[in-house]
Amino acid sequence: MNLEPEQTTAAESRGLLVKILGVGGAGCNALEPLMAAGPGSAAFIAVNTDAMELSRCPAPVKVALGNRTARGLGTSGDPERGRVAAEGALPRLRELLAGSDVVFIATGLGGGTGTGASPVVAAAAREAGAFVVAFVTLPFECEGAERSRCARAGLERLQAAADGVITIPNEAAQKLFDESTTAVEMFRAVNALLADGVAGLWRLLARPGLIHVDASVLLSVLRRRHAECRFATAAASGPNRSAEALERLFAHPLLDGGEWLTDAEALLVSLVGGPGLTMAEINRVMHRVNRQCDGVHLVLGALVDPGMGDALGITLVASRSTRADADVPAADAAAKPAAHDGSEFLHPGQTQRPASRVVAPPPAPTPENLDRLKAAPSGAKSRRKHHTAEQVEMPLEIVSKGRFEKSEPTLRNGEDLDYPTFVRKGVALN
Amino acid sequence: MFDASPQLLVGLEVGTSKVCAVVGELKEDHQVNIIGVGQHRSRGVRKGEIIDAQAATDDIREALADAEEQADVEIREVVLGVTGGHLRGYNRHGQHPIVSDDRCITEEDVQDVIKNAKATGLPAEHCVLHIIRQHFAVDGQPGITNPVGMAGAMLEVDVHIIQGHYNRLQSPVRVVQGMQLEVQGAPVFTGLASALAALDAEQKDIGALVVDLGAGTTEYVVYAQGVVKHTGVLAVGGDHVTNDIAYGLKVPQGRAEALKVEHGAALVDASARGRNVTLATESGHASKTVNLDPLQRIMASRLEETLQLIADELDRERLLDGLGAGVVLVGGGARVPRIHELAERVFQLPVLPAHRFTVNAETTLLESPEFATAIGLVKYGAMQAQREDSGGWFRRVIGNRFGALLNR
Repeated sequence: MNLEPEQTTAAESRGLLVKILGVGGAGCNALEPLMAAGPGSAAFIAVNTDAMELSRCPAPVKVALGNRTARGLGTSGDPERGRVAAEGALPRLRELLAGSDVVFIATGLGGGTGTGASPVVAAAAREAGAFVVAFVTLPFECEGAERSRCARAGLERLQAAADGVITIPNEAAQKLFDESTTAVEMFRAVNALLADGVAGLWRLLARPGLIHVDASVLLSVLRRRHAECRFATAAASGPNRSAEALERLFAHPLLDGGEWLTDAEALLVSLVGGPGLTMAEINRVMHRVNRQCDGVHLVLGALVDPGMGDALGITLVASRSTRADADVPAADAAAKPAAHDGSEFLHPGQTQRPASRVVAPPPAPTPENLDRLKAAPSGAKSRRKHHTAEQVEMPLEIVSKGRFEKSEPTLRNGEDLDYPTFVRKGVALN
Repeated sequence: MFDASPQLLVGLEVGTSKVCAVVGELKEDHQVNIIGVGQHRSRGVRKGEIIDAQAATDDIREALADAEEQADVEIREVVLGVTGGHLRGYNRHGQHPIVSDDRCITEEDVQDVIKNAKATGLPAEHCVLHIIRQHFAVDGQPGITNPVGMAGAMLEVDVHIIQGHYNRLQSPVRVVQGMQLEVQGAPVFTGLASALAALDAEQKDIGALVVDLGAGTTEYVVYAQGVVKHTGVLAVGGDHVTNDIAYGLKVPQGRAEALKVEHGAALVDASARGRNVTLATESGHASKTVNLDPLQRIMASRLEETLQLIADELDRERLLDGLGAGVVLVGGGARVPRIHELAERVFQLPVLPAHRFTVNAETTLLESPEFATAIGLVKYGAMQAQREDSGGWFRRVIGNRFGALLNR
């Protein structure tokens, strides 16, 4: 393939000024792999309240928070202390962040520093005029409900402060590794995921691509009201590499086994291949993704990295609304079907899924039935993109896979075919 | 091979619901005569793959003993069928320049061009199960079935490759070998075997789809212009239907199975609405009344989805238009009432009943669609033996690389 630099649409000639901040213990640990193998040049800044941990971090610039309030001993898990400590260091942070174009914040939520300080750092970075993306890990379930509640609160604050927040739930990440992984390895692996995510987006923004993605395009995916973003990456090589990589993505634990995709509102698909990347492959990938998630805001990025060799890497960033909100930006609302009232179950023809050609539709509901059905909790696992407010709060019936509970799931197009068809398709039985 | 007694061929299918062994004799004129059948309930297999080697061993032993008794022979070697959701089929193209002075294409050139078609990367833990030749082209002239002896500068070939996970393909082989039995050649993809049993040469020529609706998996094979065009496995089968019924009607699996067999249908009967069946009290289960309409609706949803997934895939590959002979359904699922009607609607093609298979047999048992795979395995073995006899003829038709599995 002929790759001339003139054809690419590199954003600025002077290059992006990228700053990467690790906030708290997890964030600082994630800096190490990034410094070793980042896709470009960036300034690395470690921010922590714990002086001991900070001294171990290899970052060239270190900001010790709350020397006075915490005496360098950390926050003992209190986000409030983290926030106060970060606010105390604001002048220093502002000075460090001045003039940057893109700021990545890597942190682990649930503790004191990451949860409390990172929103403050994010706000300072935005003040400095930078495009701010935060990568955060959410705590393991075994770390306790308190930590997880604390992480959720921190996430909301961070979402308000940063341009985009991409979450890596440790619980889901755990499924990427097998049972024999030791705890140390697991925490290291999660930190590596954090670093991978940052590196992925960084590469996307910093390297001129065949199909370039700039900050504003990325923003259109990440910055959606109440949106929570996930990212996942998969690589494959060989004759079927695009199909294989996609199959892996559609079953990726970080995307809840593909479920996240079916509910996604906006999607960034970024392909990295060696010089042998063909247009047909790009086409195939986009075609599959389009079919999987029709009606989403879809952004494509593609770049060629000679270091990839025969492999094809696909990174997905998917954002979806975590709350039932009617106030989606107007432009998006127009592109999407009108609000659902829950009656689609009863009129299969109106759902986004094509109605069964063969199974006769159940009888038309009477108005009383309709009201009753709307009020009753739905047993069906809805695959539609918009959940109405009632549906989100409804207790979900646990659908059992019966005899296939322990067998390898049969996945096709991101659906687990082991679940009963009539449940997945919402076929009314009576 | 040259002794007076005819060569024995035993097809062994270790299926999800049953283990099935069919014994055939290969006669001098290359006709296959089926002389015995053995079967036994299978307990060690899920979704077409062995999950309990001990249980599978016991079931295989029972089935083989049954077949030995019926055919009055001793079985030492079997043609083994394998399947599983990890198998993938795809088409490849290979090129090879003819460099010899006289530009005459030799058997070695043919081997090389196929090697070239196969060469493109394989995931680390996978191996090639079958390489099936489709067509050759010499200097751009397509549609050549046998290029040996022709002159040309460039030889091209289209092949269909079936690959799978190495260890998972090996596990049934290990089980059979553990019973002091030989596996003849390499294991054979069961979908291919079913297609061999169900289609005659004319159907293969004008194009046909064979769908093997098994208990654990559904295999599908497309033949057109006399060659394999597409193969695939969906790890969804009759067990899923049973499981859906058990979940939807809140009955235990055993009862769901009975309901499926006795009252099931692939389409919702208008007359089923409001009709009930009562399950008698059994040990441990109280009697229960079940409405037929939801039962058939659950079954219809699953079966339609399964067939639709296949139809969608073939549509993507643009194969649906080339199926002049329509669709043939085999496997236990072909017994579900009105499944042919459903398949006709989904594929928009004529659906033929699994008629008598293309072998000679004395027993009528063999006309049931469940035996397609095992009979096909016998046929496959016969073709392989014929290939050995007539020096590579067979390779041109269906080039299973002998022992490809073992010398990866």
